[in-house]
Amino acid sequence: MKKQKFTHKLDLVNGKVEMVHGAGGKAMSQLIDQLFIDKFTNPILNQQNDQASLTLPGNKMVMATDNHVISPLFFPGGDIGSLSIHGTVNDVVMSGARPLYISCAFILEEGYPLSELAQIIDSMAAAAREANVSIVTGDTKVVEKGHGDGVFINTTGIGVLTDDIARGADKIKAGDKILVSGTLGDHGVAIMSLRENLTFDTTIESDSQSLDTLVASMVETVPEISCMRDPTRGGLAATMNEIAQQADVGIQLYEDAIPVKEQVKSACEFLGLDPLYVANEGKLVAFCPAGKAKQLLEVMRAHPQGQDAAIIGEVFEDTNNFVQLETSFGGMRMVDWINGEQLPRIC
Amino acid sequence: MKYVDEYRDGKMARHIAEKIRQSVKGDKSYHFMEFCGGHTHAIFRYGIPDLLPENVKMIHGPGCPVCILPIPRIDAAIELAEKHQVILCSYGDMMRVPGSRRRSLLKAKADGADIRMVYSCADALAIARGNPDKQVVFFAIGFETTTPPTALIIQQAQKQQVKNFSVFCNHVLTPSAISTILESPEVRDMGLVPLDGFIGPAHVSTVIGSQPYEYFAEEYQKPVVIAGFEPLDVLQAILMLVEQVNRGKAEVENEFTRAVTEQGNLKAKNLVADIFEMRAEFEWRGLGLVPYSGLRIKPEYGDYDAEKRFVLTASKGTDHKACECPKILRGVKTPKDCKLFGSKCTPENPIGSCMVSSEGACAAYYSYGRHQQKHKS
Repeated sequence: MKKQKFTHKLDLVNGKVEMVHGAGGKAMSQLIDQLFIDKFTNPILNQQNDQASLTLPGNKMVMATDNHVISPLFFPGGDIGSLSIHGTVNDVVMSGARPLYISCAFILEEGYPLSELAQIIDSMAAAAREANVSIVTGDTKVVEKGHGDGVFINTTGIGVLTDDIARGADKIKAGDKILVSGTLGDHGVAIMSLRENLTFDTTIESDSQSLDTLVASMVETVPEISCMRDPTRGGLAATMNEIAQQADVGIQLYEDAIPVKEQVKSACEFLGLDPLYVANEGKLVAFCPAGKAKQLLEVMRAHPQGQDAAIIGEVFEDTNNFVQLETSFGGMRMVDWINGEQLPRIC
Repeated sequence: MKYVDEYRDGKMARHIAEKIRQSVKGDKSYHFMEFCGGHTHAIFRYGIPDLLPENVKMIHGPGCPVCILPIPRIDAAIELAEKHQVILCSYGDMMRVPGSRRRSLLKAKADGADIRMVYSCADALAIARGNPDKQVVFFAIGFETTTPPTALIIQQAQKQQVKNFSVFCNHVLTPSAISTILESPEVRDMGLVPLDGFIGPAHVSTVIGSQPYEYFAEEYQKPVVIAGFEPLDVLQAILMLVEQVNRGKAEVENEFTRAVTEQGNLKAKNLVADIFEMRAEFEWRGLGLVPYSGLRIKPEYGDYDAEKRFVLTASKGTDHKACECPKILRGVKTPKDCKLFGSKCTPENPIGSCMVSSEGACAAYYSYGRHQQKHKS
């Protein structure tokens, strides 16, 4: 396609997002051309049509969408850009699919520095390359200053099932074992360490990452996996309660088996939070028949993203759909739905 | 986690639980009240009831500062933020507690009020310094544990001449609440509530010391064991209470010697005495008006008293008639005896005081112990 000519280069050092960048005129065209297309470049996007025409291999198609409104935009271990790719890629691959294409829609706040936007775009582009997905279509809108929080990103992902096996909560059966791919709570604690009034020093980084290769090796070796989920907002507790209800089963977890980093435990301790309710962005839980659990655990542990994988519980019949935890004390307790946002306790 | 994991060791827990089982007498029942929400939370969080023999029962007391704050005080806090347009700074778990018409700080915030969650009252003072053109009020709640920091911040505000800062004081006192429970007719006269001993507060006692509990042990002939908030502390305290009951003793014992002394923290106590004075009475959600149970800011620091700086409407908000919290807090009833529990009253939609914070008896029971109720029914 013929390159458009602009009188001035986009000022990625001192420039700011302006209302004109979303107004449909030349300024918007320049932002798209010199920032988005330049960084995301691929044959489909470069055609610059209003839509992307995609050719998909034969199997069933999988689609997922996610809004990203994280604050702060940059955090240890990632930023809103990489997160917006990881989050959607992971939602797609939890079906066992191979992710292929991503769309992205930006809502930018007037006055946001273009230099920071460029960093976010860079990191999105890198995350997409790493997960072997192409960003094929997008949209940009600008809202007045005070009406946004810098940058909001929506991404939608499309993937294709490699084995045409349908997985999901409805495939879970009593007796299934529950595995987790690694330590819980890293992302949430990394974010909280930066929140206003809460700054504390930690070397914990967000676990934000695409789990496409981990999932590929898992479904290849153990195609019998009944369901996979990434425990993001609300942490493991929310995911387990969702699944117990959708699958109409009870879930029993073992506290001693659940991997949590010492630093995350400590941070949760003094913030009055429970790591089971803290968000993750690069972990998955998998359900599989008991006879396959050991083999699945070995595959996961052999992958760099699953070194700390563990069998953390099992599924049983329970019409109450309770999620219960055997505590390290040998007592039992409920792991209930979180009620709103987790708020710190006073004492 | 060093110095924490040691107090959560499962093997040791089973060892103490075994000792409790060996110590209890089959023909006797043991009813102990843990006063503090922190203990209630630990009991449910670690599944301690599963480790206790059938005849050892825990009664969950009124020691959750969030739960006991009456509706009119919450209404007043919302009024400060909405009508007087102040920046209201609050501890996190106060945010969801419903006042009149089930409005909470979170709902007021969603409606546009400037309400900010803080981890420390020092943050509230910093917000005041950073917003000199706005009035900033710290919504002070809590027992003797959170009172000294509030006192310190009032002192600092005066020293630094921060004119736009004030404190809405709701600090309450533990011993008066324990007296009220022990003086209640169900406990004292009718003997309806078997109450064989208390697990004494952890953090509160680091400030007030073990000495104030001597009175209860002597006057009411009830053993008190002051215990830390870790699960092993709780189990050990239960064992100590069982042993006292078996020997017919009613003494104050201190399990939490790593933090609590007889006299407590003198510096903190002096600071509190310097800034605050006793209110003749204060309303507790669930217990009603309790004499000499609340603190207010002394007249010499009146400039920093939000109740003096702003004219507040006296709200008449009351609790739901069917709510059994007053009886649950005294051990006369358990959460499952309440008609509202689990149906109309849940943590998402709390009606009574015991459901509002995770430390309240009903909320802890609902969130952590509901499976037991269902399994047994």
